[in-house]
Amino acid sequence: MFGARKEDIDHFLRKSPKKAVRELLRDDYPIPAPPVNNYNDDKYTDPEIAAGADWTVSLKYDGMNNGRRRNSFKSWWFGLMVGQDRSLREKMVLFWHNHFVTESNTVDNAMFCYRYNVLLRQHALGNFKALVRAVTAEPAMLRYLNGYASTKKAPDENYGRELQELFTVGKGPDSHYTESDVKAAARVLTGYTLNYKTFTASYDPNRHDPGDKQFSAFYDNHVIRGLKGKEAEGEVDQLIGMIFSREEVSKFICRKLYRFFVYHSIDEVTEQQVIVPLAKLFRRKDYEIRPVLEELLTSRHFFDPANLGGMIKPPVDLTVGLCREFHVPFPAASEYLDQYGFWEQLRNQAAGMQQNIGDPPNVAGWQAYYQSPEYDKLWISSDTLPRRNQFSDRMINNGFARNGKKIGIDVVAFAASLPHPEDADKLIGDSVQALYAVPLPPEELQFIKTSILLSGLVGMSSDHYWTSAWQACQNNPDDKANRTLITNKLKNLYRHLLDLPEYQLL
Amino acid sequence: MKRRDFFKASMPILLPTLVNGISLKALAETPFLRLAARGAGEDRVLVLIQLSGGNDGLNTVIPLEYYDAYHNARANIAIPAEKVLRLEGFDGTGLHPAMPELQQLFNAGKLTILQGVSYPQPNFSHFRATDIWLTGADAGQILSTGWAGRYLDQQYPHFPQDYPNAGMPDPLAIQVGSLVSPALQGPSLTMGMAISNPNSFYDLIGDKAGTPDNSRAGDQLSYIREMSVKTDQYAGVIKKAAQKVTKQSDQYPAPGKNPLADQLKIVARLVAGGLRTQIYLVSMGGFDTHAKQTDGADTTTGNHARLLARLSEAIHIFQDDLAFLQVEQRVMGMTFSEFGRRIQSNASGGTDHGAAAPVFVFGEGVRPGIIGQNPVFPDHLTVNDNVAMQTDFRTIYNTILEKWFQTDAREAAAVLLKDYPVLPLVGGGV
Repeated sequence: MFGARKEDIDHFLRKSPKKAVRELLRDDYPIPAPPVNNYNDDKYTDPEIAAGADWTVSLKYDGMNNGRRRNSFKSWWFGLMVGQDRSLREKMVLFWHNHFVTESNTVDNAMFCYRYNVLLRQHALGNFKALVRAVTAEPAMLRYLNGYASTKKAPDENYGRELQELFTVGKGPDSHYTESDVKAAARVLTGYTLNYKTFTASYDPNRHDPGDKQFSAFYDNHVIRGLKGKEAEGEVDQLIGMIFSREEVSKFICRKLYRFFVYHSIDEVTEQQVIVPLAKLFRRKDYEIRPVLEELLTSRHFFDPANLGGMIKPPVDLTVGLCREFHVPFPAASEYLDQYGFWEQLRNQAAGMQQNIGDPPNVAGWQAYYQSPEYDKLWISSDTLPRRNQFSDRMINNGFARNGKKIGIDVVAFAASLPHPEDADKLIGDSVQALYAVPLPPEELQFIKTSILLSGLVGMSSDHYWTSAWQACQNNPDDKANRTLITNKLKNLYRHLLDLPEYQLL
Repeated sequence: MKRRDFFKASMPILLPTLVNGISLKALAETPFLRLAARGAGEDRVLVLIQLSGGNDGLNTVIPLEYYDAYHNARANIAIPAEKVLRLEGFDGTGLHPAMPELQQLFNAGKLTILQGVSYPQPNFSHFRATDIWLTGADAGQILSTGWAGRYLDQQYPHFPQDYPNAGMPDPLAIQVGSLVSPALQGPSLTMGMAISNPNSFYDLIGDKAGTPDNSRAGDQLSYIREMSVKTDQYAGVIKKAAQKVTKQSDQYPAPGKNPLADQLKIVARLVAGGLRTQIYLVSMGGFDTHAKQTDGADTTTGNHARLLARLSEAIHIFQDDLAFLQVEQRVMGMTFSEFGRRIQSNASGGTDHGAAAPVFVFGEGVRPGIIGQNPVFPDHLTVNDNVAMQTDFRTIYNTILEKWFQTDAREAAAVLLKDYPVLPLVGGGV
């Protein structure tokens, strides 16, 4: 999940790890309602879709509505992450988005982008092989990697290459597909076109290369016999079947899941003890994603204290997570203009930290998820680290404003949601536990207590000054001086906790 | 070199050309010129020493003049008259025996004692009283800015957007030993930077302390910390200033023995290293001595004595170091606490929250002596009686602004939100 609320943590703590993970992996949550028209402005009013109405029913696209709808789509998606269920589904949508990359700038059609996103959500916890098959014929991908323009006369190798290099067998040590395999796959994949009236893909056998396709020794010199007419698209199933016969596919995906959920570096021991068995399970379960995640997320390895806090939060985890952890209240759906407006503001914050959802930098995804040896350290630079701190500071200080409305962190409410806000040690300890993946050293906790909550007071008996100030604030909320004092102390506390590097860890 | 002189020296070179690509016309509006016009006060430094908890003034500066009344009010913790340290020229007043260094400093003419410092309708809550002292508010007033923050905002307009710049390349204020204080809070954000503990300072300047954490999280954390040092726009100047000072007074105790001395050591190093930072804040806690303020058998020992001994030792070594580093003339220090304590001691050998208390101001620049009178003891003392106010703490701030930093009276009044008188606190010799 992107950031757990306190009640999420409490909820799962009541269950065994196995049960908790099973619940997280449920995907019977309803498919979210589609994005709405939030984009009428002084230059444009959608003549077809009423303000606040679902625009995905529209099949009319032009220069005025397309960009606006794309924007609306991206904010809507951000909103789904913020409002997610107790499920790994949204996190996996991001995982697959980073895996099967499309860029909304290149796809350049809001409907394609939306449908692609829906596809990823449908398959997020489903079957990987089925997902590959579906993605292959999905308009956004056909558009992004030129499959729609690939014909027997001029097979475009783009998708044929990435299908192997990035989506399935990968570039691991045991992946030895060749350039001729790329060419052969490209020929298999000819035949798809896009219908810009219905915004769907269709298959045209006349564009398909009917010749036999010879693959290399990596694929046991397999030949895919050329098919014609109605049968032709069956070659794609054969191609995917052939690729999935390589064990490397399962290892490649398991490594990627491991890097996404556990740690960037996979040494030989981890490869042998975690990846290999996990990949074996993946194959045994015919590429069902859920059992693999269940195995990984309930493994002793996953709970090994040495792995806690081993990852730097991607910007989406930071921004969405913060909103969720602190119950930042967004306007209701009835106030969709402000709702989408705030989602957009926060989405732009994540984009400023170099993770712009819907538009990864290139087909390989965000570098921090794959670029050795730095990996997730790439999220933190002299530009992005201050942005991260400014973001959390701002959410605590004044928040974000729009049309006289405001979203931000209510520090007093957050403290009050903890079991013992009146106890300075417990307030800090529980906050740290709720917000960090790693503990803080005792001297750091002591320092925070003394210098923030106790205004420099030290000694055993000093804690009660906080206790009585907090209780006075509860009993007499009209005492403005005391309320200001409590609020300022809590703002200082949470600003400090969110500025410490520990908050950047996942 | 004073900044005005620096400006004079560099002006002829700067005039016909550009400064960092900005034309002089644009520069005329910048704080650089404003600073240059300010004069001698600008290379002066104020070090604020906050004594958290409410220091017992009556056992710090002892009213020998009224010794019997003093003793009657607090027989269980009173310092024996013969142990009280005498102050030259002031027979009626003495210091706690744990502070021989401050006695020397006073007798050498480098310490001024202000008696009975407080404000009308004093507040007895630590938090509220601390805020009042740090923001410079009236008892019934809630201010969101700190007094020093308002001063810095006035002197260095458009912070932080236009900073660092050629006129002010350094932090406006530095707090050592805790997080940035409300005293430094400006209109929208803090005007200071915090060196939260001495170790983080030595990390910052590259003297690594502690053992590296080789865990996965530890590796990520040290990377983020490294990056955060790199992104701190002032890390470079601080490191440079610190590196200019290779030797300091050899009197400092081992690190950790006297935390205040550890903090002041950093301040001395940065001042001598050439930072133009004007305000430093350091602090020590533990003054909330409700119980067992003194040891039963010997009232000159115990918790309060230990605290005062540290304070006295730290100030003494700091002064010694400043002299060694040849910056003594530029630095003035001031102690303060959110309140004093009750005249009468309690049955647990301590004192409860009170009102007025003495303030120490020290350095080459003070006009030495005692400002104000010994506290007067009521004839029929009750448990609720407090030391009366003689001096509003904001008149000290005002005096420092006008006479030490040489801010004009109008500007000082704008900082303190009211016109306060000037005390005979700053000497003419500096």
